Amino acid sequence: MLSFVARRIVIAIPTVILISIFVFGLQKLLPGDPILAMAGEDRDPETIAFLREKYRMNDPVWVQYATWIKGVVTGDLGISLRTNQPVTELIAQKLPVTIQLALMALVFALVIGIPAGILSAVKKGTITDYIANVVALSGLSIPNFWLGIMLILLVAVKWQALPASGYVPPGEDLWLSLKTMLMPAFVLGTALAATLMRHTRSAMLGVLKSDYVRTARAKGLAERRVILKHAFRNALTPIVTLTALLFGELIAGAVLTEQIFTIPGFGKLVVDAVFNRDYAVVQGIVLVTAMGFIVMNILADAAYFVLNPRLRKQ
Amino acid sequence: MTFRKTTLLAALLSATALSAQAADFRFALESDPDILDPDQSRTFVGRIVYTALCDKLVDITPELEIVPQLATEWSWNDEGTALTMTLREGVTFHDGTPFDAEAVAANIERSQTMEESRRKSEIASITGTEVLGPHQIRIDLAQPDATLLAQLADRAGMMVSPTAAAEAGADFGLAPVCSGPYKFEERVAQDKIVLSKFAEYWNAGEFHFDTVTYLPIPDSTVRLANLQSGDVDAINRLAATDVAQVRNDPSLKVEEAVSLGYQGITFNIDNGERGDNPWGNDARLRKALELAIDRNAINQVVFEGTAPAGNQAFPPNSPWYDASLPVPERDVEAARALLAEAGYENGIDLEVQAPNTPVNLQLMQVIQSMAAEAGINISITSKEFATMLSDQTAGDFTASQVGWSGRVDPDGNIHQFMTTDAGLNDAKYSNEEVDRLLDEARVTTDMAARKESYDAAAKILNEDKPIIYLYHETWIWALDDAIEGFVPYPDGMFRLAGVTKSE
Amino acid sequence: MMAQPATPATLKPQLMTDPVLQKRPENRVWKKFRSHRSAMLGGLLVGLFVLMAVFAPILPIPDPTATDWGAVRQAPSAAHWLGTDEIGRDVLSRLVWGAQASLLAGVISVGIAVAFGVPLGILAGYFGGWTDGIISRCTEALLAVPFLILAIALAAFLGPSLTNAMIAIGLSATPVFVRLTRGQVISVKAEDFVEGAHAIGLSTPKILSRYIFPNILPPVLVQATLTIATAIIAEASLSFLGLGQQPPAPSWGSMLNTAKNFLSQAPWMAMWPGIAIFLVVLGFNLLGDGLRDALDPREH
Repeated sequence: MLSFVARRIVIAIPTVILISIFVFGLQKLLPGDPILAMAGEDRDPETIAFLREKYRMNDPVWVQYATWIKGVVTGDLGISLRTNQPVTELIAQKLPVTIQLALMALVFALVIGIPAGILSAVKKGTITDYIANVVALSGLSIPNFWLGIMLILLVAVKWQALPASGYVPPGEDLWLSLKTMLMPAFVLGTALAATLMRHTRSAMLGVLKSDYVRTARAKGLAERRVILKHAFRNALTPIVTLTALLFGELIAGAVLTEQIFTIPGFGKLVVDAVFNRDYAVVQGIVLVTAMGFIVMNILADAAYFVLNPRLRKQ
Repeated sequence: MTFRKTTLLAALLSATALSAQAADFRFALESDPDILDPDQSRTFVGRIVYTALCDKLVDITPELEIVPQLATEWSWNDEGTALTMTLREGVTFHDGTPFDAEAVAANIERSQTMEESRRKSEIASITGTEVLGPHQIRIDLAQPDATLLAQLADRAGMMVSPTAAAEAGADFGLAPVCSGPYKFEERVAQDKIVLSKFAEYWNAGEFHFDTVTYLPIPDSTVRLANLQSGDVDAINRLAATDVAQVRNDPSLKVEEAVSLGYQGITFNIDNGERGDNPWGNDARLRKALELAIDRNAINQVVFEGTAPAGNQAFPPNSPWYDASLPVPERDVEAARALLAEAGYENGIDLEVQAPNTPVNLQLMQVIQSMAAEAGINISITSKEFATMLSDQTAGDFTASQVGWSGRVDPDGNIHQFMTTDAGLNDAKYSNEEVDRLLDEARVTTDMAARKESYDAAAKILNEDKPIIYLYHETWIWALDDAIEGFVPYPDGMFRLAGVTKSE
Repeated sequence: MMAQPATPATLKPQLMTDPVLQKRPENRVWKKFRSHRSAMLGGLLVGLFVLMAVFAPILPIPDPTATDWGAVRQAPSAAHWLGTDEIGRDVLSRLVWGAQASLLAGVISVGIAVAFGVPLGILAGYFGGWTDGIISRCTEALLAVPFLILAIALAAFLGPSLTNAMIAIGLSATPVFVRLTRGQVISVKAEDFVEGAHAIGLSTPKILSRYIFPNILPPVLVQATLTIATAIIAEASLSFLGLGQQPPAPSWGSMLNTAKNFLSQAPWMAMWPGIAIFLVVLGFNLLGDGLRDALDPREH
């Protein structure tokens, strides 16, 4: 197994390098001088020239790239042009927030999606299956920013049941933290619940037709046992690997949700940074996200490998 | 029995008094401030945080008069080239460093010489300072500068602790140390800025909260929702279209103040290649566009009547407004006539760039519709603010919908836009007479003389129209009904002195 | 795989009456599709919006850009069936015309993704080796960047407009098609009939066009349909952030962007575009699902 993982890591290296070049190139392509963008209303040419020097904007492109890479390797991702805060610090502050959102959304998705998927597979072809399918697809089809705004209006303003926006760290007040995150997690989780439900359904369908399930049924085991103990366990493999990959999608999907609910997480940070032309931040985040995604991929592959003994023979 | 009752009552009273004291004030801003260093700061919302964090040498009243803050008295010499200030005694910075004339001198030097400083052009007229005593300082100027006191009422006059500044240098903004009523506790970017009461503040009695938290919430609907749900106590920049709703809510109230700034359309008169276009070359076309616009309709449709029409750099209710040039009414016929005179009786196209924010786009669409009736076909190019600013500076535009947040001193609204090669003159408008008048106005402190100069300049600008001034925004705040004592200022700042929250 | 063998003239009369032999594979697919109720519903929804978009110019609705100061933010009434927006324009009209923008955004973005992704995927899958290595690494690199963030950055680079949003979304969706096509090509390449074609000396272009291409088409079609759904939501998201279709031209996403400021005063401004997006995306999802079920040889 170790050699498998090692091989995957080696293959991932050129990908990471490509990502870094692409991410760095992106900032050079974006129009709008970042220093000028930061300038806002007051524009003193002397100060602007000095700032350009300070942030090495006048160096040739490949020098800037090399400087950045050198920093990355030593753990220094530069500083935010907007607030002078080190990017690593910003990421360390924001990542846990988005991870909390993603985890809560994942819980919603799992709790709603998997039972729905199992039910739908077992009752395939019936009206239950049909309804579940349409509901799942509806969850996928609703623009989540629209859903978010509607929910804020209803739940926070009309019913005053939950806070309208913001973030409370779990360390400070766990209950409030969960309450504040509830709506955003729900909004983010619904789309994923749909995807999860459909994948669970197709995985279960594939398994329910298989020989060992037929054998279990032939043995006279209770249907419930057949489904939960035998079928589902074996359908778990593709579901687990999918969940690992979905996690990456969650982080990405958090972008709009964080904008609407003003959650100071990763997604909001990167969107604001793009609009503010805060390059160091954009580069740092995209690089970290991309690397995280690759790590998740490798982990998912490894998990699949472990869960499915048949693959080991390869 | 009675003894116990009274002690119980006393205990209850003191308990409630204590709970009233432990009040936290939560204020929602429309965007996140940038670097919290008065010398490097560039955002409007940053100034709001400074009202609680950093004291200035002088402040203003709602009527724009200069009043003492850290400086208690001041006087000019006869030539107007030296300002002697007496400083308040018994003031310390948040880190214990005493506030004195040396500190002021150090601050002015920092603002002028620190390389990252954005305040250089604001106090460019200062040639030096001299410490006359522990609480007396003289500021020397090369020539008279009528704008100086107004500058000292803003970021250039904010005093930071010299010890902390020397230690932190350009990173001062990560942990600012000033001498205001509240000191810096913590900041999480795009989440919150938390300040706590500075017990040794010289006017501590006027400030009734233990902590102040600023929360940036960019979406105006969500910001209001936070107020309605009680998660914040007051919000900045209530959308004009939400005013009616808030007024109907008995648990909330609305406060307003007409801003010092303006919004308008700036034309490229002579900036680069694109400066050579019909709109930049012929003032008649610009006048025609102005005549096609119904400012009052804009005020109603887009701003629900909260944005008074304007046609000069100063709002109509400003003492600097030239009353002999009133806001023109819409006149489509006259507009068409002017176009025909300029040779465009069949209409003409105009490309206007605008920031891609909802209100600005709405405004431009309304104008587009109005202009179409006069034969002017406007195409709106919406850009992100960053790109728009870049393009504007580089001269890559024909017309640009852009505004200015306004300054206390009238010079701040006009000089850097209209004088030849000035820092913010993206139109590259140049008129010697205007230069002379505006330069003249900034070196005398005689209000009447200044008004004359500005009036004369206004007449020339009204003929040339490098900028079509459209309206003046109103700062609109929404507060929880429990908040008392708030005074609206035309500079848009939320000052916490005397503000209380009743339970 | 579905090719009919040539029928000798003598067998033809028998074929006409034999119920088993008569069923051509194409009929089977259509029949399955037709019986799949949700797919039909999807097709109906999509069809409705396509008709809306195509016939917008001749429908008896007011000009979507016609403003009316007196009728700002009016509730649905006889004069304006779905109400008016913040500068007095008819919401129904903007909804109908907005269908053009949203559908175009969906179709063209996916068109771009397919036009770039499928050929690259074929190259990578068929030729393997260095070609595959380079293409795959680049694809993985792009896939590692979250889709929406990539789209936002590209749209910001290109400038806010519908065309640029379509390009941004199309480019962001390309890696998915590269990966899908490559996988399909690899599995088809291993099939016997392809090896057979090699053996009899067919040229590469012929193999690609006659054997590879038709067999990778079904999953690509399914993915394309589903990606149209994603692209429409992506365009709405970009417009919501201010990066898509610019006013005064209507687009559901930008309508939502403006509407969110008037939720309590004029909820109809937000409701209808939101519902429209929901229905058209649902339609494409149902359609894609139906196609997948119909074209999947395994499911019976």
